[in-house]
Amino acid sequence: MISFKLTEEQEMVRDAMREFAEQAITPIARDCDEASSIPADYIDTTWELGLVSAQIPEEFGGAGERSAITTAIVLEELGAGDAALAIAAMAPSAFVNAIIDQGTDAQKAQYLPAFCGDKFHTASLAAIEPHAMADPANPRAVAEEKEDRFVLSGRKSFVLFGDRASEFLVLARNGSEVDAFIVPRDAEGLTISEPELNMGMKGLTTNTLDLERVEVPAANRLGGDQGCDVRRILDASRVALAAIMTGMSRQVLEFCIPYAKERVAFDEPISKKQSIAFRMSDMHIDTEGMRWLTWKAASQVEQGLDATKAASFARSYAAEKTMWIADNGVQILGGHGFIREYPVEMWFRAARTISVLEGTVSA
Amino acid sequence: MVDFRLTETDKAGLARTRAEALVCRKYARYHDENEGDFPPGELPEAAEFYKNQPEVPAPGPEDSSMVVMAALHAAGQNWGDYSVRMRKATDGGLGNAALAAAGTPEQVEKWRTMVLSMAITEPGCGSDPSRVQTTAELDGDEWVINGEKIFVTTGIRAEGVVIWATIDKSAGRAGIKSFLVEKGTPGFDVPHKEKKLGIRADDTAAYVFTDCRIPRENLLGLDESIPKASSGGFRGVMKTFNMTRPMTAAFGLGIADASLDFTREHLEEAGVKIDYGTIDANEPAAAAKFKQLEALYEASMLTTLRACWLAGEGQPNNMESSVCKAHAGSAVRRITQGCIEILGPMGISREHLIEKWMRDCRITDIYEGTGEIQRLIIARGLFEYTRADLN
Repeated sequence: MISFKLTEEQEMVRDAMREFAEQAITPIARDCDEASSIPADYIDTTWELGLVSAQIPEEFGGAGERSAITTAIVLEELGAGDAALAIAAMAPSAFVNAIIDQGTDAQKAQYLPAFCGDKFHTASLAAIEPHAMADPANPRAVAEEKEDRFVLSGRKSFVLFGDRASEFLVLARNGSEVDAFIVPRDAEGLTISEPELNMGMKGLTTNTLDLERVEVPAANRLGGDQGCDVRRILDASRVALAAIMTGMSRQVLEFCIPYAKERVAFDEPISKKQSIAFRMSDMHIDTEGMRWLTWKAASQVEQGLDATKAASFARSYAAEKTMWIADNGVQILGGHGFIREYPVEMWFRAARTISVLEGTVSA
Repeated sequence: MVDFRLTETDKAGLARTRAEALVCRKYARYHDENEGDFPPGELPEAAEFYKNQPEVPAPGPEDSSMVVMAALHAAGQNWGDYSVRMRKATDGGLGNAALAAAGTPEQVEKWRTMVLSMAITEPGCGSDPSRVQTTAELDGDEWVINGEKIFVTTGIRAEGVVIWATIDKSAGRAGIKSFLVEKGTPGFDVPHKEKKLGIRADDTAAYVFTDCRIPRENLLGLDESIPKASSGGFRGVMKTFNMTRPMTAAFGLGIADASLDFTREHLEEAGVKIDYGTIDANEPAAAAKFKQLEALYEASMLTTLRACWLAGEGQPNNMESSVCKAHAGSAVRRITQGCIEILGPMGISREHLIEKWMRDCRITDIYEGTGEIQRLIIARGLFEYTRADLN
C-alpha cells in the first residue's frame, strides 16, 4: 500500500530532532566551520542521544530499533541544522550498518558492542578515492589474496574522523569483484594523513588513508568467505546523503523566507516580487521532490529490496537540486549572501561539497 | 508506515490499465493526424479484451487509497494515449465536479445524468478569471447570457455546460457566478472545435452565447448575492482544483513515462547500458542524461502521489496539489524534450509517437492553472500571504 504515513514514534523522533538541531546545532555551526573542528561536548551530547546504538540489535547491546526511514528523518532534521554536524552525529553509521547487513556473526560480535557504550566510538567507511572521476563502486584500491590474508594497496580520501576511527571499512577490487575489508587503524602499512583541507563542511575532520601492502586476516573481509555486495553499502550511504541534503535545502529556504519578507527594495519587500517568489517556490518544490525520493529509497533499504536505482535517483536529484537551492540562497541574499556574517555562503560551500560525495550528479 | 509497495490488488488493476493502454496506443497516431475524427466510445477490441481479462479483485483496506490509485491509473492510461480509451468512462466533465461541489440538491438531481463541460476561459482571460467578460443579466425570471468562451474541455461531447459569467462587472471576482446551460438552448452556439498543438484527439471547443436565455433557477447554488469579501464565491471552484491538479499532473507524467520507456529501449538497442550504481563521469553522456530525466520523473510522480495520498487521508492538500502540478508541468517538458534530444532525428519522426508525446504533454504546464499560477499559490503559502499581497 502506498503510504506516506509516519508512525507516531517517527513523528516524535522528528520533532525531538528538530528541537535538538535548533538548540544544539544551529548556534554552533558557524564556529565549527571557522575553527575547522567540532567541540568534544557536541560529540558527547549527540552520542548520548543513542542515534547509532538504536540501530544495533539488542543481542550486541543496542536498542534494536533500526529503521532506514527513521534514520532518513533524523538526518533531514539534523541536516537542517548543519550538514557537517549531522554527519558527525551519525559518524559510525555507514560502518555499523554494513556490519549489521553483511557482516558474519563473528564480525558482528567483534565490532558492534563497542558502539553501544557510553563513550563516543567511531569507525569509518573508506569509499572515496582522490583521483578524478572516482567511482566508489569501482575502486582503484586492490586486495590480493595471499594464503589466509589479504594485502591491500591504494589511497582513500574524505575518510570521516580518520584521526580517531578505530577501524576503516576499505572498498577494494578483489579479482573481478569489489569487496570491503575491515582495517584496524594501527595496521602496518596504513598511513593516516593530517586532516584534509576542504572547501565546505569544514568542521568535519576527514583524512586521507594511504595503504601500502596492508595485510589483514581473511576473516576481515566483510561477509567472510562469501564477501559482500558493495552496492548495498553505497545504497545506504546515498540515501543518508540525500536525507541530509533534503534538510540542507529546507534550511536554506527557511532562512530566505523571513529575509525576503523583511528586505525592502523599491518600496516593497522582495518577497512580493515574482522573480524572487517564483524562485523560492521552486526551492520548495524541489525540496519536496527530494524528500519523497529519499523516503522511497529508504523504505526499499528498510524492506531489504534492491534499492540501487531508488538510491541513485534520490542522491542525484538531491545533489543537483541542493546545489541549485544553495546557489539561489546566496543570490536571494545578494551581498549578504556573500559575507560570512550570514550562514548562506557556508551552506553554499557545504552543498558543493556534499553533492560530489559518492559520485557526481547523476550517479 | 511509510511504504511504496503496491499490493497484488493494486498491481492487478494497473496491469489491466497497461494492457488497455497498449491497445489504445495503436489508434493514437490516427486520431492525432485526423483531428476531426474523435476516438470512439469503445474500441473494436473491447468486447474480446474484457472477455479474456482476469477479474480484478475489489480493493480492501490494505490496498492503496482510491485517490492514489486514480492517479496511477490516469498515468497508466496516458502512457497509452491521452484521449483514446478502450471504453470511455461515462463520467462527466469538469462541470459535473462543479455541480457536485456547489449545486443545490434539486440542481444535482436534475443535471447529474448529463455530461457537463466547464467554460471559464475567454479570449481575453485565462489565469485571471476575475476578468471574465461574459455577462448574465436578470430579465424577469430569466438570465440573459452574452459572451464567448474558449478551450472548453469535452465541449463537443458535453450535453450541458457550467459557465462562468459576471452579474456585476464592477464587483470583480465577487460578481462572478456559475450558470447551468443546456446544449440546444437558443443563443448557445458551438462554432468550432479548437485546433491544437497536442492532445488533438481531445474534445476542446469554443462556445458563443448571444442573448441566450436560461431560467433563473439555473444559477448554480442559487446564491444571487454579491459577497463583500472577494474570495468567498471562488472557494468552491478552487477546492475542486485540489483534486484535478494532481490528476492533470498524472496525465502528463504518464506521457513522460512512455517517452522514457521508448528512449530506454532505443538506447539499449544502440548499445548504451544504463547503470544506476556507477557515476555519470564513467558512462556515455546520453546514459547520464537519461538517468537524470528518470530521477526527475520519479520525483514528480512521488510528489503527485503525496498530494493524492493526503486527499485520501482527508487532509488538506491545497499547497501540495500546486506543488505537484508545478513540478510535473516543468518535469514533463524537460523529460519529453530531453528524450528527443537524446534520440536525435528519430525523435522528431512522425513514424514514432514520441514527437506526439512531446506535443501532447506540453498542455500539462498550462491548463488547470499554469506553472506560474501554481508558483504564486506556493509562494503565498510560504510567505503566508494573501492574493492581494502577491499576485
